Amino acid sequence: MPRFSDRVFRIVVTGGGFTSLVILGLITAFLAYRGFEIFRTFGLHFITNFSWDGGNPDAGVQPSLGIGAMLIGTVVISLVGLFIALPIAVGSALFLTYYSPNWLRKPLTILVDLMAAIPSVVYGLWGFFVLMPHAVYWARLLNRYLGWIPIFNVPMPIFERSPFIAGLVLAVMIIPIITAITREVFAQVPLDRIQAAYALGATRWSMIRAVVLPFGSSGIAGGAMLGLGRAMGETVAVYLVLNLAYKPNFHILFSSGGSIASMIVNKFGEASPFELKGLMAAGLALFVLTLLVNFIANLIVRRTSRTGH
Amino acid sequence: MAQSTSTQILDPSPGRPWQKSPRQFIPDLVVFVLALAVSEVTVSLTGLRGKIALLSLFTLYSMAGSMVIAFRRRGISAMGNALASSFVYLSVALVALPLFSVVITVISRGVHALRINTFTQDMAATQPDAPFNQGGALHAILGTIVLILLATAISVPIGVLTGLYLTEIKGRAEGLVRFLVQAMSGVPSIVAGLFVYAVWIVGGHGGFSGFSGAVALSILMLPTVARTAEEVLRLVPNDLREAGVALGGTQWRTVVMVVLPAARSGLITATVLGIARIAGETAPLLLTIFGTTAKHFNPFSGPMSALPLYVFQLLQSGLNVAIARAWTGSLVLLAMITVLFTFARVVGGKSKS
Amino acid sequence: MSNLININRNEGDDVAAEPNEGSLVSSLAAVANRAVRIPANVRNAGADLEARGVHAWFGANHVLSDINLAFSAGTVTALIGPSGCGKSTFLRTLNRMHEFIPTAAMAGEVLLDGVDIYEQGTDVTKIRLKIGMVFQKPNPFPSMTIGENVLSGLKLAQLKHSNKSDLMEECLTRAGLWNEVKDRLSAHGGSLSGGQQQRLCIARALAVSPEVLLMDEPCSALDPGSTLRIEETIRHLAESVIVVIVTHNMQQAARVSDYTGFFLSEDGPGRLIEFAPTREIFSRPKDPRTEAYVTGRFG
Repeated sequence: MPRFSDRVFRIVVTGGGFTSLVILGLITAFLAYRGFEIFRTFGLHFITNFSWDGGNPDAGVQPSLGIGAMLIGTVVISLVGLFIALPIAVGSALFLTYYSPNWLRKPLTILVDLMAAIPSVVYGLWGFFVLMPHAVYWARLLNRYLGWIPIFNVPMPIFERSPFIAGLVLAVMIIPIITAITREVFAQVPLDRIQAAYALGATRWSMIRAVVLPFGSSGIAGGAMLGLGRAMGETVAVYLVLNLAYKPNFHILFSSGGSIASMIVNKFGEASPFELKGLMAAGLALFVLTLLVNFIANLIVRRTSRTGH
Repeated sequence: MAQSTSTQILDPSPGRPWQKSPRQFIPDLVVFVLALAVSEVTVSLTGLRGKIALLSLFTLYSMAGSMVIAFRRRGISAMGNALASSFVYLSVALVALPLFSVVITVISRGVHALRINTFTQDMAATQPDAPFNQGGALHAILGTIVLILLATAISVPIGVLTGLYLTEIKGRAEGLVRFLVQAMSGVPSIVAGLFVYAVWIVGGHGGFSGFSGAVALSILMLPTVARTAEEVLRLVPNDLREAGVALGGTQWRTVVMVVLPAARSGLITATVLGIARIAGETAPLLLTIFGTTAKHFNPFSGPMSALPLYVFQLLQSGLNVAIARAWTGSLVLLAMITVLFTFARVVGGKSKS
Repeated sequence: MSNLININRNEGDDVAAEPNEGSLVSSLAAVANRAVRIPANVRNAGADLEARGVHAWFGANHVLSDINLAFSAGTVTALIGPSGCGKSTFLRTLNRMHEFIPTAAMAGEVLLDGVDIYEQGTDVTKIRLKIGMVFQKPNPFPSMTIGENVLSGLKLAQLKHSNKSDLMEECLTRAGLWNEVKDRLSAHGGSLSGGQQQRLCIARALAVSPEVLLMDEPCSALDPGSTLRIEETIRHLAESVIVVIVTHNMQQAARVSDYTGFFLSEDGPGRLIEFAPTREIFSRPKDPRTEAYVTGRFG
């Protein structure tokens, strides 16, 4: 028979443990509640419609709200970011686990962690003033020499604030998280397999290819998904380096893109009450999207750490 | 080797024959110098311009050079190995480059408008384009401090409770709770802000206020605190718990008197890492504290400012002077986060050893 | 140098079972030149692998002192001794696996066909191809099938082989595993029993045609039946490669080996106390410490 004080303790601690559930539930409930009218009015069109028109009651123009372009844009910039970040992150995780001299390992790990702690607004500032001039030059080069590939094509030679540049900034921001996760998985590779490979005359790279990458593949996939989720939710940095346009654009070098999170910031200031509800609904869509991506990521990462042993 | 007759009795000194001798670095050095020279020539002869073009060419040439050397010395498998090594070193460089670039730019551009009054004045009576010796970020610094204190007060107790649930109670829902904490760490910051806005501000519980900002920040801080707290509580040896219970203590007394004190420095690390996570958040503050130019201490009513928001709002004015102030704000913010981060590392490093 | 002639002669062809003259000349020359004190019983004329004055350290800890040993073709040598005597460390210095421990250091020479494997500029991956290793715990690659495991060495070192299925069969036969797995070569290595996995690891090591096979307590994780199978395999292997086996089990040493070296650490680095034909070590050891150990009075 547990004592009374212990029972109180267990109730309090359990209550604390379930706060996350309560908060996640409340977020869903409130955003859905505030955005309910939007879903009722537009239904699925809210997702598929590309335009965002607040309407004009005086002129009798009905509002027409849709986040299609922003949704596509979010996916495009996140994928560009992931595409750039993933090889770099896996490379540095490999360096930290198998190439680095011992004295360098710890400082470098701290630097990567510090990179994750730099505020979004600072990355945005840097991205706009420092990275963009260079990135525009690279974009021109890419466009000149690889323009025959559809995604490197541009309708007009305007390269500033493009999905490519947003993707570059996002890449810098998600490299630390992907590096951290893949590094953890690489560190779990059983030593006896590594030794077996070396004892068979493997070079460092052939050992990594035969032992480390097969073992770590799902960890890499999980880290990549987590990075993707992080990239999709980034707001301020993207807002500063991306030209929002309510039109889907797959020409990543061209100055036109979308991001739900940035759109919320962009529209928030001058939104009518009805548009505000639209923003709530957009927030809910973003929330569900990132939750889904994170869910898959965690499933994958967990599977590795279980089958790894 | 001839000395071996005379030094029979003495042990030889430990050596590491597997490490490269300085002489073996000569070919690598030659490759680097050659690659540099050839890329200089390429830049001067072709349309490629600039430091970055030079760097990329240099990287490309030295990769090719090291592959040729490896192939000539040791064959095809060594060539693949050399290529992979170049790739791995290159990726570390590509991680370090933006990081250093960010830090160096923030410092070099941030000191431009850095004055004593940055820390002593607010912007209430100052236009953004006023000279740098007028106005400052005091209101934003104070706002950030208030927000951090409030968010810490909310999220640390809950985070530690979550950690305790995972390590001390180990209920049936352990997996679920851990999963939820993971899921929460993926909540986009703008969504947290939007949520608080939806509950608090639209709901008519009050307008923009520091407190609503702190609630939004707590949502983002909680998972970091909970996860780190779980890790450090797990490090508390089990015999300490058993000793507490064996002495007739109840579980909660054991936790309060034994487990938590044992994990104290780790819990401080958890708190500081959580603070470092939220100190630079901008997006949720836009929707909750709104921003102001004057000092404002009451977190329960009226707009407040905070450093990241201060930076963001100055940027939006688009004026050169305001942008210089924004860089200074970034410098202060970055310095603050670095200090917090270093502190967490030092305390955390101690607790682990 | 005469060493060079010797290595050229041996490159590519299968390991010679009889003593070869090149290394006789070179090792005698080397002995004369260096005047290192080598016990008489070690001065084995047919030696292909030879340790000279090998010391090993972990950090400041001197774990192995002045080991001089030669292993000749066609023989099995067992290294015995109580735990912590440095015999496994010694084994790992023989194919340069010692250097994977970050604090490791060493001194001395290990000559393979007269050439020091620690010489500056040596391609260590080629050394490990010639001197294979089987570990204490069976460690097949779990992501590969049985067949892929056997051929994994070729893939890791990017070697070509004209007839892979013949090679696979040959290696599995030599490892005594062919009959058990020939119908399920595409099953995963993890589906085999512990003893079968260890023989798979032996087959894997054989596929790159090593001259020497080092075995670090290969049976300590296995049941008695599997142990016997492996010992049988080892006896067969001795016809084609030099086998050096570290073992805790003195009966095993007596059963499989031609020569036995006894290692002991007495409050200091491990040393080679006695090296002799196995029969002599077990019937009339010269050193009282060896006698104490083989009769089970300590260790």
